[in-house]
Amino acid sequence: MTGRTALRARRNARRATSYHVAGAAIVVFFLAPFAIMLMSSFRPRSETALPPWPLTGISQFSVDAYRTLDTFGAGIWHHMFNSLIVSVATVVLTVAISLLAGYGFSRYRFPFKNVLFILIIATLMIPFQSILTPLFIILSRLGLNNSLLGLTLVYVTLQLPFSVFMMRNAFDAVPKEIEEAARIDGARDLGLLARVLFPLVLPGVVTVAIFAFLNAWNEFFAALVLLSSNEKFTLPVLMTAVRSSRMGAIDWGAVQAGVVVMVIPCLLVFLLLQRFYMRGLMAGAVK
Amino acid sequence: MTTEIISVSPKRRRRRRGGWRGLAYIAPAIALVTVFFVLPLLFTVWMSLHRWPLMGSPRWIGIGNYTRMFNDPRFWTSLGFTAQYTLVVTIAIFALAFPLAFFVDKPRRFVSGYRTIIFLPVVIGLASASLLWVWLANVDSGLFSPVFEMLGLTQGRRNLLATFDSAFLTIIVMVVWKVAGFTMIILLTGLQGIPSELTEAARIDGAGAWQRFRHLTLPLMRRTMALALILSVTGSILAFDQFYIMTSGGPQNRMISIVYYIFNQSFVSFNLGYGAALSIALLVILVALSIVQLWLLKVGEDRP
Repeated sequence: MTGRTALRARRNARRATSYHVAGAAIVVFFLAPFAIMLMSSFRPRSETALPPWPLTGISQFSVDAYRTLDTFGAGIWHHMFNSLIVSVATVVLTVAISLLAGYGFSRYRFPFKNVLFILIIATLMIPFQSILTPLFIILSRLGLNNSLLGLTLVYVTLQLPFSVFMMRNAFDAVPKEIEEAARIDGARDLGLLARVLFPLVLPGVVTVAIFAFLNAWNEFFAALVLLSSNEKFTLPVLMTAVRSSRMGAIDWGAVQAGVVVMVIPCLLVFLLLQRFYMRGLMAGAVK
Repeated sequence: MTTEIISVSPKRRRRRRGGWRGLAYIAPAIALVTVFFVLPLLFTVWMSLHRWPLMGSPRWIGIGNYTRMFNDPRFWTSLGFTAQYTLVVTIAIFALAFPLAFFVDKPRRFVSGYRTIIFLPVVIGLASASLLWVWLANVDSGLFSPVFEMLGLTQGRRNLLATFDSAFLTIIVMVVWKVAGFTMIILLTGLQGIPSELTEAARIDGAGAWQRFRHLTLPLMRRTMALALILSVTGSILAFDQFYIMTSGGPQNRMISIVYYIFNQSFVSFNLGYGAALSIALLVILVALSIVQLWLLKVGEDRP
């Protein structure tokens, strides 16, 4: 009897070991590119052109790569600010507009309600890459070509199907009685929405905000097409300029530093708000 | 009696006013979708019927752009390349994501840590990932060429991005690294939806691991797999960043995807009308795929 349990225990231990050995290999594959890039970006200028192998660690900590990165375009702070302003504005506008629309769709009856809802959701079926050419022309007619505001409005529009869908579901889950009670207490319309309902749909708002931020921060194709002057570039567009060589040589140190700058905010947002991110993923996937 | 009347009448009044109020709430969203989506969409159709240079006035040429498209070998090449890429990358993603989904479905220690780490590349941008990997694949300053040389896989250092096959492979590996976590999570939700009593019953009936996978897991996951498949296919057809950043469409211009070709025609050669016609072709392909998607998901519902 004891022999058999010992045998089973040993077999379980062996299984657990092989499981975690496989796990270690997986972790190396998915994490090593990040780690190697982060370490390499802190090498002194004399070493940035060298391969990161063999892994020696950091012989001498240096921010040379980040200084070089700062010499591209209008300086790294400027482009970080561009990216940040576009992302934050996208988040704020997306949340505001989808909050209103979600509330309207969830609580009111009006003509063509379903048609309009399907219209918003159906934009998901059409790739925005295929309407970028006229978008470019429409934006220039509106005087919004080569402008961060124009880019932001495009990003907000791209976020709407997912966000309106999320917010409508969030409001649908709030019991009507809460609203009735608040109405009796004298809360009306936007005041009711802001003070009573907003806290109740906050998880949905966070999810919408995370996706809006990540998509706006990371988006490359529309930014490449719609921004034409150097000082307007967001980080991904700036980085393609860094990646294409300057006087025949690519400064790989600057590329590494730039990727670190682009990647860190995404990883932080995800790691801090993972729960909300996964919820949004599931909601989006089920739809 | 009286209370009933009192409670009914305000409700009715609100509903009548609510018609306009509801529309007011959704107006900003509708306005944005109209200006930045519906209008451009109609405008694309209109433009595709014109010769539309950047400067100067557009000229109506009817279906001229479409006949040009059908006779344009570079269009067909880009379509062929996009199809090839989509096929290979989707198979590669599933080949890794499926085992990973089983791996993180196990009730073991650190499993949520594994999930998080595998998912990390998903949240960064495709542009960032492309930049990171184009450095790793660089012959002089990257990681792969010295490692491959040390392992004895290559004689001396080889430029991975110089030939089509190795550059294609590098991009596939990059995209798998970037996307596998996403597909894994989708598949994991499917796996977790399978009642454990079923698997247990099959095990007791003596079904082996492969039999359980083949006759139980796969059929029950049809809907989830259809979803993961569609997301992967539509995403791959729209691929642009990785080819633009990692190989600039090379070697020998053999990595021009359909979106890349539209980009070249519209924003490099400034044939805006022709670019619009190409966009309509892309749009038709994707709408057709969406219809297939709805059908696939429905089929999944009918017979689970």
